Amino acid sequence: MQGLLGKPLGRVHWSNKAAKTGPLAHRPDNSAFMQQRLPAWSPMLTTSTVLPFMYCMAVLCLVVGVSLLITVQGTQEMKLDYTEAGTCNNCFQSLKNVSNAGKSCSCRVVFTLEHEFKGDVFFYYGLQNFHQNLRKYMDSRDDAQMVGRKQNLKNPSSYCEPYIRDEKDVPIAPCGAVANSMFNDSFALQYQGQPGDPINTVPLYRKGIAWYTDENVKFRNPPKNKSQTLAQVFEGTTSPPYWQKPVYLLDPLDATNNGFINEDLIVWMREAAFPNFKKLYGVLVRTQEPFTNGLPAGNYSIDIVYNFPVQYFKGRKQVVLSTVTWFGGQNRFLPIAYLVTSGLVFIIAIFLTVIWWKFGKDAKNMNE
Amino acid sequence: CMCVLTRSLNPFSGGQCAGEEDWVDNRTVYIGHKEPPPGAEAYIPQRYPDNRIVSSKYTFWNFVPKNLFEQFRRIANFYFLIIFLVQLIIDTPTSPITSGLPLFFVITVTAIKQGYEDWLRHKADNSVNQCPVHEVQHGKVVRKQSRKIRVGDVMLIKENETFPCDLILLSSSRDDGTCFVTTASLDGESSHKTYYAVQDTKAYTTEEEVDSIKATIECEQPQPDLYKFVGRVNIYMDNEPVARPLGSENLLLRGATLKNTAYIYAVAIYTGMETKMALNYQTKTQKRSAVEKSMNAYLVVYLCILIGKAFINTVLKYVWQADPNQDEPWYNNRTDAEKERHIVIRAFTDFLAYMVLFNYIIPVSMYVTVEMQKFLGSYFIMWDDDMYDKELGESAVVNTSDLNEELGQVEYVFTDKTGTLTENNMEFIECCVDGHVYVPQAICNGQVMPGSDTMDMIDSSPGPRARESEELFFRALCLCHTVQVKEEETVDGIKHGLHSGRPSSFYISSSPDEVALVEGMKRLGYTYLRLKDSHMEILNREDQVERFELLEVLTFDSVRRRMSVIVRASTGEVYLFCKGADSSIFPRVVSGKVEEVKDRVEHNAIEGLRTLCVAYRALTPEQYEETYRLLNEARLALHDRDRRLAEAYDQIETQLVLLGATAVEDRLQEEAADTVESLHQAGMKVWVLTGDKMETAAATCYASKLFRRGTRVLELTTKRTEEQSLHDALFDLSRTVLRPHREPSGLGLDPDPVSGLSGECSDFGLIIDGATLSAVLQPGPEASSAGDYKEIFLEICRNCSAVLCCRMAPLQKAQIVKLIKASKEHPITLAIGDGANDVSMILEAHVGIGIMGKEGRQAARNSDYAIPKFKHLKKMLLVHGHYYYIRISELVQYFFYKNVCFIFPQFLYQFFCGFSQQPLYDTAYLTLYNISFTSLPILLYSLMEQHINIDILRKDPTLYRDISKNCLLRWPIFIYWTILGVYDAMVMFFGAYFLFDNTTFTSNGQMFGNWTFGTLVFTVLVFTVTFKLVLDTHYWTWINHFVIWGSLIFFVVFSLLWGGIIWPFLNYQRMYYVFMQMLSSGPAWLSIILLITAGLLPDVVKKVICRALWPTTTERIQVPRPQPGPATPAFIQRHHQGCVPNLVVSQPGCVPICVLGTHRDA
Repeated sequence: MQGLLGKPLGRVHWSNKAAKTGPLAHRPDNSAFMQQRLPAWSPMLTTSTVLPFMYCMAVLCLVVGVSLLITVQGTQEMKLDYTEAGTCNNCFQSLKNVSNAGKSCSCRVVFTLEHEFKGDVFFYYGLQNFHQNLRKYMDSRDDAQMVGRKQNLKNPSSYCEPYIRDEKDVPIAPCGAVANSMFNDSFALQYQGQPGDPINTVPLYRKGIAWYTDENVKFRNPPKNKSQTLAQVFEGTTSPPYWQKPVYLLDPLDATNNGFINEDLIVWMREAAFPNFKKLYGVLVRTQEPFTNGLPAGNYSIDIVYNFPVQYFKGRKQVVLSTVTWFGGQNRFLPIAYLVTSGLVFIIAIFLTVIWWKFGKDAKNMNE
Repeated sequence: CMCVLTRSLNPFSGGQCAGEEDWVDNRTVYIGHKEPPPGAEAYIPQRYPDNRIVSSKYTFWNFVPKNLFEQFRRIANFYFLIIFLVQLIIDTPTSPITSGLPLFFVITVTAIKQGYEDWLRHKADNSVNQCPVHEVQHGKVVRKQSRKIRVGDVMLIKENETFPCDLILLSSSRDDGTCFVTTASLDGESSHKTYYAVQDTKAYTTEEEVDSIKATIECEQPQPDLYKFVGRVNIYMDNEPVARPLGSENLLLRGATLKNTAYIYAVAIYTGMETKMALNYQTKTQKRSAVEKSMNAYLVVYLCILIGKAFINTVLKYVWQADPNQDEPWYNNRTDAEKERHIVIRAFTDFLAYMVLFNYIIPVSMYVTVEMQKFLGSYFIMWDDDMYDKELGESAVVNTSDLNEELGQVEYVFTDKTGTLTENNMEFIECCVDGHVYVPQAICNGQVMPGSDTMDMIDSSPGPRARESEELFFRALCLCHTVQVKEEETVDGIKHGLHSGRPSSFYISSSPDEVALVEGMKRLGYTYLRLKDSHMEILNREDQVERFELLEVLTFDSVRRRMSVIVRASTGEVYLFCKGADSSIFPRVVSGKVEEVKDRVEHNAIEGLRTLCVAYRALTPEQYEETYRLLNEARLALHDRDRRLAEAYDQIETQLVLLGATAVEDRLQEEAADTVESLHQAGMKVWVLTGDKMETAAATCYASKLFRRGTRVLELTTKRTEEQSLHDALFDLSRTVLRPHREPSGLGLDPDPVSGLSGECSDFGLIIDGATLSAVLQPGPEASSAGDYKEIFLEICRNCSAVLCCRMAPLQKAQIVKLIKASKEHPITLAIGDGANDVSMILEAHVGIGIMGKEGRQAARNSDYAIPKFKHLKKMLLVHGHYYYIRISELVQYFFYKNVCFIFPQFLYQFFCGFSQQPLYDTAYLTLYNISFTSLPILLYSLMEQHINIDILRKDPTLYRDISKNCLLRWPIFIYWTILGVYDAMVMFFGAYFLFDNTTFTSNGQMFGNWTFGTLVFTVLVFTVTFKLVLDTHYWTWINHFVIWGSLIFFVVFSLLWGGIIWPFLNYQRMYYVFMQMLSSGPAWLSIILLITAGLLPDVVKKVICRALWPTTTERIQVPRPQPGPATPAFIQRHHQGCVPNLVVSQPGCVPICVLGTHRDA
């Protein structure tokens, strides 16, 4: 890469030289910048400058760590692996047979909450060993289609390989492997305080689970006339091969939650960073008793429509119930990390203090 | 075309040697395209190029392909092109834009720059090629464009015009057929040089007359050497051909300008691209700096890391996929095409894909940044007001910016003496005739006081016999020279002007010694007036004009080290006057008061004066005839002329009668001693290489503090080797030199400054002369013993802080430099000189510095850096060199560091994404990381950083040792940076990983995806690497603040913008609102802060601990002091007063990564 930018300094200079002959013709400007004498601040990292910072930092980290720990302790979380639990084992076994892949299977899992979940309770489903972050898989989607560009609806991008068109060459909407593999188990949660108590259906609000911007700006249905129904808009496309319902019928209860703006779809389309992940399914509606304060302690059961096969890739399926503070869910990493950092900084600070005490108080000590 | 090439033998070349007859590589030019009278020559027309100068490289049509080809020939560009092509061809994780855009940027910027430069060249070419010139055609002067000149055209050149091609001078407006020329634009020498017309044509001074010349010129094919030319002109007068020699004194070079001469006629012999100037266009061989070599070594390491990473991942991918559950889960079906592909091809594609994914570890931008740093950085050298010289009106010139940092690595300085250490401003001190000493007196401002007696005799008054030789001596000095008289007034005014001492006319010569001598003679009463019609005129003490016919000049050369003239006095006697170095005169002297003169010469030499001896020989007419024949034969030779001339001179300059000697003082340059001392303190070994006498040179060395009072000077000279065999002498010396170091003096262990002052600090100096040196270097009869000598000699030199090599031929200077360069430590050498004889060593050394001196500009022109004065070397090395080294080494290390931080998380992510080559960062981040987010702060750092104040660096040269031996780019430090990079990458990646570990960290329960994860890591990354630079910056000007904080703000603003819009032209919208969502989460903020802190903490701790426990000299000086005024800190004083241990490079035993420099004193 020699001479990429700076080649013929000299030659140019020399030829100019012959032209100008005044005695001061080449005197450089005496500006502070050119003479490299701009006023400057020269900080040095010495023990005495660093030590106060270190102690401050140790204290600060400690305070943050402790307060985070307290916050995290206030959250509650319940995880339930339902892959083979309860009656779901039947479904699990039946799905082992590939020919049953499309068939619906219902099952029920029961569990008990020892303590009340106070405040907003979030209902997640979790998958383990499902690699949503495989490159080919991740790329296999067409955002241009899902942001509602009309021309892209029936011309899915080549990225969607191998789910661009079906065998009859009908374009798939939404195309691609990500949409095709959308999680299709559904859950209904029931509460029974004590055995014998009446069974209450736990109301879950199934909206507001996707990012606001995704729901309201990014994902759009293709433009339609006032007279058109959503089904008509999607006419000429087919749903992904593994889907049981077309995209415009994803939510049978809420007509506005269909098509590309279906929140479950949007949640699924935000690919998880790691193979073990959870995604938001619903939020507890706290308008009616006994759920106004959250989930009361007691027995619960979940009716599951068990569709999603995980045994092929040794996956597991979970249901997660969690409360959330300003800090989010039950994440102990950050408080612990802060506390550890605080401790480390404190030890280092003490060590540096010793050094400073013995050697560094006066730099001249070193010379004697 | 009437210009032809002779194939047959020339009929007029009677006395040629046989070898010459085969020599067909010459050209015959017909003056004015006139064929000679039937010359019985069969000739084949030869095509010569027209006089168009083409300095441009490209044409409009071939610019794009040719420029692209040139650029992709560079290995790095080619590498990136390959990466780009791989991305285009196979399905790779990142879009081709990520590597295509930076590459395109680099290529375009370079192409634009080169295109612009070429356009400028085109413009310059056109203006030169179309400039009007005058040609003589059929006795008429015709105007035509310069580019249409053909070989053989007779041109008319007027005063102050520049020669359009290489010309042979036919006649001039001056009666004596001379003209004056300045070659300022060729080699920078502004003095007027005299050129001579061909004797037989100088009378033809009108168009018609010139047109009537019938002659052919035979000359060699064009050679690039500006100062060499051999040819012959055959003039047909009455069909009787006369052959005359042509030399460089007849050849007017393109680019030179006619001065002080109304007009000349000359014939074109080399045109266009064959002119000597055009042949000199080619650039010198590129020098590479030590930093660049380290950089390339690092590159290889990183290339290995890159390939290793890609390989590991490929293997792991197939291991992972061996589990059928993971090979092809139902949600990620392969396409049919993929299924059919052979596994080897798949694996290879995967390998390439990994290469592409990780290729950023070798960033394109590093090359761009390094180039920009060097290019822009060199302006600080040119702008430096401290290196501006008022007298010359010149500041430092940078000819190559590639070596800026090498200035901070110099271990050996080879300096010329005359004109470099000394002023080369000669002053006549005294002369000695037969042992009587004459000193001119009554000098006032360089002028002779009017009316005073012009001579002061020190010795007793000489007798009449002495008076005779005294006059002969003075005449000899007035005649034996090549000085010209520069006249400002008319020809008549010269005599008057010189006589009254008005500055209206003065002497000019390429050698300042000669001017000093002639001026000295003037003060002693003999005034050289001028050379007119081959007669030299002298105004003697009685105000009478004496005329001597100048018959021959045997010019000076550095091998012979003498020059002679042969003159005929008005009485008809012929004399040969010879002057030269004593060593070259004494062996040729047959009579004269040799002993007395020798004594005086030695006395003067010890005083540091430059001495010359003068001798003469009276020639009988027969002897003169013989001499004339010898010279003429040699001069007429086309082949090997130089050698034959040297032989002829050797035969002629014998049997001399010694007349006396002169002494001229060459004052030391200002601050030369201070500079040499500083260089010593900075740990450099200073060698003086000079052609001068040993005694003179040694005196200069003492004066310039190269040898101090405590220095034990060892001699290895011919005198010594006469007494002792070379073998014994060498072994003796090596024993002497090595003894003290066997003592456990361990510099690092003894902190007592008093002991430093004691006798233990013996410091050696060596004097060696050219003859002994060539004996040492010559491969002896047994090859092994010769090798030994060389080794022993090097061993001795290594232990001497100063070496003086005297009596050196120019080529020997280069040999010495080469020898040291090739010794086993491979030290960095610097050569500094001002004259043509220093060019070889300047070109040989790692860094060549030219002084814009009096001996012309050749040294400056061939150098890498040119400075006006020797003293400027101090700032050049101690300040600029130091800064550039610090800056570029940080630049290189930091660049690799920040790319390790950048790419290593991607590597780690592969373990979590099934080795599927999923990139961690968004395309925009991948592309812009090196281009914009992290590029400017480091570029600015590498231009502005001053870890220590300029004044302290100047005051304390020992700081230079802190960076010696390329210590900031040693492997331990490189490994430290790399480990730091890996650590930071781990902190960033795993910190974010645990944060994301299957939990929510928003207050609304919503989850983040992989792009948020990547963005979080990237945000931490950008802040961490920028803050790392913040920690390293010791010089915060407002520009630094602006750029560092500005680039962070730019990153944030860009991220907001990039995620703030659904980009209409893009197929993917994965970054939409990712950055904002991340910022809306409290834990994200907390973790960003924590991870940045954790990433920087080890480096801060390392810095603080190293500074407290094992501070380098540099770090101690950095400690802020209450009054940073002129008060020198105690330890600086210590360095100054004590002896400076030049010889030992201490290897401290502290943590290697702490070592800022090797010289970490205890």
